[in-house]
Amino acid sequence: MNFIISLMAVLALVVAAFLGIEAAGLSRVFGVAIPYAAFILLISGVVYRVLNWASSPVPFRIPTTAGQQKTLPWIKRDRFDNPCNKIEVLGRFIMEVLFFRSLFRNTRAEVDKGPTLYYQWEKWLWLGGLALHYSLLVIILRHLRFFAEPVPSFVPVLGGMDGFLQVGLPGIYVSDAVFMIAVTYLLLRRLIIPRIRYISIPADYLPLSLILAIGVTGILLRYFTRVDLLKVKQLAIGLINFQCVVPEGIGTLFYIHLFLVCTLIAYFPFSKLIHAGGIFFSPTMNLPNDSRMRRHVNPWDYPVEVQTYVEYEERFREKMIEAGLPVAKDIAAGGPAIYSLTKK
Amino acid sequence: MARLPKPSELGLDHALPKKGWMDTSVDFRSGTWSHPARAKNLEAVGFLNGREWSPANHDWKLPANWKRIVFEGIRERLEKFRSLRIFMDVCVRCGACADKCHFYLGSGDPKNMPVLRSELLRSIYRGEFTLAGKIMGRLAGARKLTESVVKEWFYYFFQCTECRRCSVFCPFGIDTAEITMIARELLNLLGLNIDWIAGSVANCYHTGNHLGIQPHAFKDMIDFFVDEIEAVSGVRIEPSFNRKGAEVLFITPSGDVFADPGTYTMMGYLMLFHEIGLDYTLSTYASEGGNFGMFTSHEMMKRLNSKMYAEARRLGVKWMLGGECGHMWRAVNQYMDTMNGPADFLEVPKSPVTGTVFENASSTKMVHIVEFTADLIKNGKLKLHSGRNNNLVMTYHDSCNTSRGMGFFEEPRYVIKSVCNNFYEMPRETIREQTFCCGSGSGLNNDEFIEMRMRGGLPRANAVRFVQERHGVNALSCICAIDRSALTTLMDYWVPGVSVYGVHELVGNALVMQGETERKTDLRGEPLPGTEAVEDEDI
Repeated sequence: MNFIISLMAVLALVVAAFLGIEAAGLSRVFGVAIPYAAFILLISGVVYRVLNWASSPVPFRIPTTAGQQKTLPWIKRDRFDNPCNKIEVLGRFIMEVLFFRSLFRNTRAEVDKGPTLYYQWEKWLWLGGLALHYSLLVIILRHLRFFAEPVPSFVPVLGGMDGFLQVGLPGIYVSDAVFMIAVTYLLLRRLIIPRIRYISIPADYLPLSLILAIGVTGILLRYFTRVDLLKVKQLAIGLINFQCVVPEGIGTLFYIHLFLVCTLIAYFPFSKLIHAGGIFFSPTMNLPNDSRMRRHVNPWDYPVEVQTYVEYEERFREKMIEAGLPVAKDIAAGGPAIYSLTKK
Repeated sequence: MARLPKPSELGLDHALPKKGWMDTSVDFRSGTWSHPARAKNLEAVGFLNGREWSPANHDWKLPANWKRIVFEGIRERLEKFRSLRIFMDVCVRCGACADKCHFYLGSGDPKNMPVLRSELLRSIYRGEFTLAGKIMGRLAGARKLTESVVKEWFYYFFQCTECRRCSVFCPFGIDTAEITMIARELLNLLGLNIDWIAGSVANCYHTGNHLGIQPHAFKDMIDFFVDEIEAVSGVRIEPSFNRKGAEVLFITPSGDVFADPGTYTMMGYLMLFHEIGLDYTLSTYASEGGNFGMFTSHEMMKRLNSKMYAEARRLGVKWMLGGECGHMWRAVNQYMDTMNGPADFLEVPKSPVTGTVFENASSTKMVHIVEFTADLIKNGKLKLHSGRNNNLVMTYHDSCNTSRGMGFFEEPRYVIKSVCNNFYEMPRETIREQTFCCGSGSGLNNDEFIEMRMRGGLPRANAVRFVQERHGVNALSCICAIDRSALTTLMDYWVPGVSVYGVHELVGNALVMQGETERKTDLRGEPLPGTEAVEDEDI
């Protein structure tokens, strides 16, 4: 049901773009106004999110430690999983952001009769996630050829590497194939694994459906309808330079693709997709575990009511004296508040 | 005490309900929730809205303005804790955490998956605090705050032991412990706490320790240990209390003073200190290492923790040594200095025996007893007869807090292997940073919660059973006072034949003390390995 809702939403977007171009001829709206609006939403949304996160302080140093801490010199410590300074935190971050280290730890627990638990090898989520993110990165970088003139030299190199398989004409990009497989896997995983299906909400299916639709339309444009790339580039360069030209005859499919991309980037800051930025602010990951070595200051720290030793002794003095415990104030002496070591 | 089914009758079903989680409500079944906090225990420390109520009743007698209290509570905490904002915003529900929680694995209740436990709060955050959630409602995973949501919070946030295992697997480091801590703060604002926590907090605040041991009784118990130690080893030791001018203030959880088998661990500390001639004192005012305030609110944690530095300052000690405890060390490592420091009146800890300077504690000035002992052993300062523990086939349970809130893995292993000859690790997925909780942490070690505790402890017990079957393991060591108590019950239930030991009990057994007489028994009064055989020969 949740998936159907998100699928319907994406179909509605496709239909809206189709009708907008075919029926209403709104190519300037879909080619210029909406991309600008989406971009503004993306930037302002991300800025808002980041400022919002940054506006709340980090009162306590709460890294999750997943390796041996720094203690005695002869004990081998784990710099990546238990960093004790900023350089090592950077190391942890690189492992996390570039290689999804935490997801790599993933296992699958199975319960058998007994009850007995087993922990199975499960790296598919890690692999699927990594494949999706890296193929997306390559695809985004490849798209730079539309936005930059001259095209940065690494883009054709990347395209060449990506298309090394040389299957068909134009050659199939590996990233396209990986992307489609990864998205499909992540979507099927949500639909088929009962537990994952149970925790999924429409807001989980929507981004997947959306990027799947973007992938499909992109592939159609490249491999089947053979969109006129020069015209696309003319439009893109125009958008970048604020000199908007909307070339005739790019084709409705292109506008559908573009509209879906616009929806995705506008949706980005207001959805779970913002995890891409949030990870950098996560206090369990971006702090060194050094709070026994260096004091962490809480900016909103305030004095609290405590029970002082004096109050404690007031309450228990007689019993303490009787038990032979030292007290600070000597009752026998009539009670002058001389707090000194008095042993009965 | 709730009736506890036999292990074979417990039943474990991971089938999911037909209805979505937002449409299922809590069944307050006996054995799965803890008694509510009594008003007097809340009032004792100035908490509001204390009252007599029961989760089993329909009417929880919430204060009239309870919604406003919760909203303002959330708003305030969003402004104070970046962690909360991030953890509310970035979850993608990838499900990596789902089967990492011991309570989920042991209960099959989907709301015990960390992702859904957090969604209980996150859905309210979306529905009441974000524009997208307000407009899109359920499509964005948002819902409105109702009384049944509060009931759900009470049930599930007191079914989380703040063990952080899920956080290790989360690609964004989302820490359910942090979410639970903040959710419990919110519940506490409504007077919704559990009595096992609230009672301990009230005790700790007024008598210095969770168990409410008054100073004279505290001394009596230590005196009793002194007699016991003499009976076992022939050595008479003389601990001091509240003594000004000692070099070291030693603080350990009060469970070590009161509850078996922690008491044997306490004896181990005392024997060790005596043997190395440590100039130390115990305090009756700061007689609690643990901190149940942590399970109530950050403020309460700070209030209880304040006694440690206050007492160190009053007594004029140079540095502090802390006993074997789990959440105590999370508090010491991650909160104490920030909350009640700077400890500039103390010196950087230096072992008077080995001269080792504990640079890693240069700011808090508090050393973990196990790293202290590891250093002694490494420098050859202890005479150990590990054969005295030969009757034990040992494994080691990493405590959640020292593992994932500190990273304390090698020191205890080094010490254990120095004093035990038979040691086997449990499977990799159940130790070190992936260790499973005892099922009773974070203030849930109470009798009425027994079924859920046994369920939550299942993954740990299973791993012990694995090494029991494979290697004949009969002893489980740990460095946590809650563990010592909780694991004992857990082993009796799931893995009979396995006893629980604190690491310093093992040290105490193995320690060859100057002037000791020949030992016939271990600290528990059980015959030492070898001695039974000799008796047999005599017959």
